[in-house]
Amino acid sequence: MEENKTFTISVYSENNVGLLNRISGIFLKRHINIESLNVSKSEIDHVSKFTIVVHTTEDWTRKIVGQIEKQIEVIKAYYHTNEETIFQESALFKIASNLLFDERQIQNIIKDNHSEIVTVSPEFFVISKSGRREEIEEMYEQLKPYGIMQFVRSGRISVSKSEMQISNILKEFQYQ
Amino acid sequence: MEVKTLKKEESKTGTKIRISGAEAVIHCLLAEGIETVYGYPGGAIMPIYDELYKFRDRLHHVLTRHEQGATHAAQGYARVSGKVGVAMATSGPGATNLVTGIADAQIDSTPMVCITGQVARHLLGSDAFQETDIVGISTPVTKWNYQITNASEIPEVMAKAFYIARSGRPGPVLIDITKNAQFEEFDFEYQKCTAIRSYTAKPTINQDKIEEAAELINKAKKPMIVWGQGIILGKAEAALKAFVEKAGIPAAWTILGASALPSTHPLNVGMVGMHGNYGPNMLTNECDVLIALGMRFDDRVTGDLSTYAKQAKVLHFEIDPAEINKNVHADVPVLGDVKESLEAILPLITENNHDAWHNKFKEHYKIEFDKVIKNDLHPEKEGLTMGEVIERINKESNHEAVIVSDVGQHQMIACRYAKFNTSKSNITSGGLGTMGFALPAAIGAKMGAPKREVVAVIGDGGYQMTIQELGTIFQTKVPVKIVVLNNDFLGMVRQWQQLFFDRRYASTEMTNPDFIKIAEGYHIQAKKVTKREDLEGAVKEMMASPNAYFLEVQVEKEDNVFPMIPTGASVSDIRLS
Ligand SMILES: Cc1ncc(C[n+]2csc(CCOP(=O)(O)OP(=O)(O)O)c2C)c(N)n1
Repeated sequence: MEENKTFTISVYSENNVGLLNRISGIFLKRHINIESLNVSKSEIDHVSKFTIVVHTTEDWTRKIVGQIEKQIEVIKAYYHTNEETIFQESALFKIASNLLFDERQIQNIIKDNHSEIVTVSPEFFVISKSGRREEIEEMYEQLKPYGIMQFVRSGRISVSKSEMQISNILKEFQYQ
Repeated sequence: MEVKTLKKEESKTGTKIRISGAEAVIHCLLAEGIETVYGYPGGAIMPIYDELYKFRDRLHHVLTRHEQGATHAAQGYARVSGKVGVAMATSGPGATNLVTGIADAQIDSTPMVCITGQVARHLLGSDAFQETDIVGISTPVTKWNYQITNASEIPEVMAKAFYIARSGRPGPVLIDITKNAQFEEFDFEYQKCTAIRSYTAKPTINQDKIEEAAELINKAKKPMIVWGQGIILGKAEAALKAFVEKAGIPAAWTILGASALPSTHPLNVGMVGMHGNYGPNMLTNECDVLIALGMRFDDRVTGDLSTYAKQAKVLHFEIDPAEINKNVHADVPVLGDVKESLEAILPLITENNHDAWHNKFKEHYKIEFDKVIKNDLHPEKEGLTMGEVIERINKESNHEAVIVSDVGQHQMIACRYAKFNTSKSNITSGGLGTMGFALPAAIGAKMGAPKREVVAVIGDGGYQMTIQELGTIFQTKVPVKIVVLNNDFLGMVRQWQQLFFDRRYASTEMTNPDFIKIAEGYHIQAKKVTKREDLEGAVKEMMASPNAYFLEVQVEKEDNVFPMIPTGASVSDIRLS
């Protein structure tokens, strides 16, 4: 059996209603859990980019990418290993405001983790942190003993180290 | 109110005219060359039906008795004609009744456009009367689908729908149109779709792969071809024949590839797969080069993948990149339209024959003949066999009939023994194995090829799943021939119970109604045969009839279909008894 690894799948698509349903269905059909999913605009006008993280074999990832590319609105799909991409996630921590003054250590945690305070109100303040999953997790562990009122982490966003030929593909296309 | 219809010239592409969304749908269909649509009306699609009424002299609507029947009829029409089949239904239950046929078309790559009515846009998502999220439901079983909520979207979406359904690897498309969009008026103009930015209908051919494939083929000592429906969908029958003959390679077919090369062609060595022929299955595990043409290595074809053709170099000619290495590793993937690929490779192929190797297929055939075929076609026991009925149909139709089969033992027997001279003659539900397919599909097939004789071969179980379509036959007077092979059992399941569940026949015995009376109730001429001496006369009478005809043949209750590869076993573990 081929070993499971983490793969980042990038999907460039037309921005159409319903495509998310089609793409998630492909994972559902093969009983593969999506670890994280992010959809945003891409570097190309009117083209969306899905960034999907899965933990499975390369063989399955390749087949899934083939099935995704088959979808009419999908322009191109790629997959990469962690080593082939620059990737990160964002997180927000909501913490009771009194702790900021009572627990001096919290300010050090914020500084040491290169995170920042986004807002402060009389009841709570919010810290944002971007980085690798482990870094966010580590900061979570550090803050946990003080009490975290709310925590949320985004899906992975990533760019590949190598060039993706997507712009050339679009240029070649003669739209009639 | 004045009824407004377009004159022929006006409906040509490029002319603007103010019409309703419902009328626009009809103009789109006409612009796509559609002459026949199958469907069933209801509240949410009434504006379109109203237009169908106005255009009834130019667009023929066939009222099936169930929406599933409409999809299968559209499939049968598409499969014999090579055109896009069209089915329509109302929202909610009408739309959900289409799903089985859509799923069947998806897995068998049948070009089909389904149009469903939907509640008005302001009601969407409110659990309105007969509201169903058909776009969501049909997503996994369509090549593409789309919900139209504004009339102005109709021309572009319809044009895309037909282009997507028929191009590349064909498939079903569903367009859901809200009721307000059917009523709204807008400036209609139609432009056929010829390209979509994000969709590559067929990959371009890579000449290096063609050369690599040619070299392996030319060097092969024991090459074998397995072709699938891709040959028929890609209109590559002539290219296949030229290739087979020049290279002198024994060629076998999958169930959906049947009829692409005449049955009597000397290099046609039969069917592969679970109930396929002995030779091509056994020799799959002996050939040195396996040339797969427009087929997708279905598990019913390969059996256990870990033992399938392991010794062979596999060349896979395929239009859909997602099929490459999906089930079987391709040593040389030849991506592209199979007709273009075959035409490109032909000049590079050296003329050859592989007589000694071909003889091995003949030896295997002889074994299969003695152990299986002889008893199926020329039985000595008293009861009638399904095989002899098919053989009789072959004789009386001169191998020229379109055979539409349902699902079960009779299907395997029909596909094994039906003889074909002409392509697009074997219409069956392959990938989904949908019981109830054949009767409505035969209606569509006859309408898609009116000059051809269409014979539906159906089991007593599957017949009762869409038996109501006899009403469609009666009303439209479509002259299809219906043969029910009655064993009073869900035969194929019973066979498995016998072989793998110690003969525990759980819920497979059927107490059947008087099929003759039912057919006659629909005013269809009917006859029942229980004895061998009556078979020939009855089949002759059926074939000679200019009208629809129902023939019931009482066959042996507990016959089995062999050869058989048990599920999960290797193709060379094929059993002859
Ligand atoms: C809609 C549907 N339900 C169930 C099945 C499972 N199934 C496959 S073959 C078969 C028996 C078919 O019996 P019959 O139509 O009498 O044909 P026979 O096998 O006797 O020729 C059944 C129940 C199926 N293929 N399709």
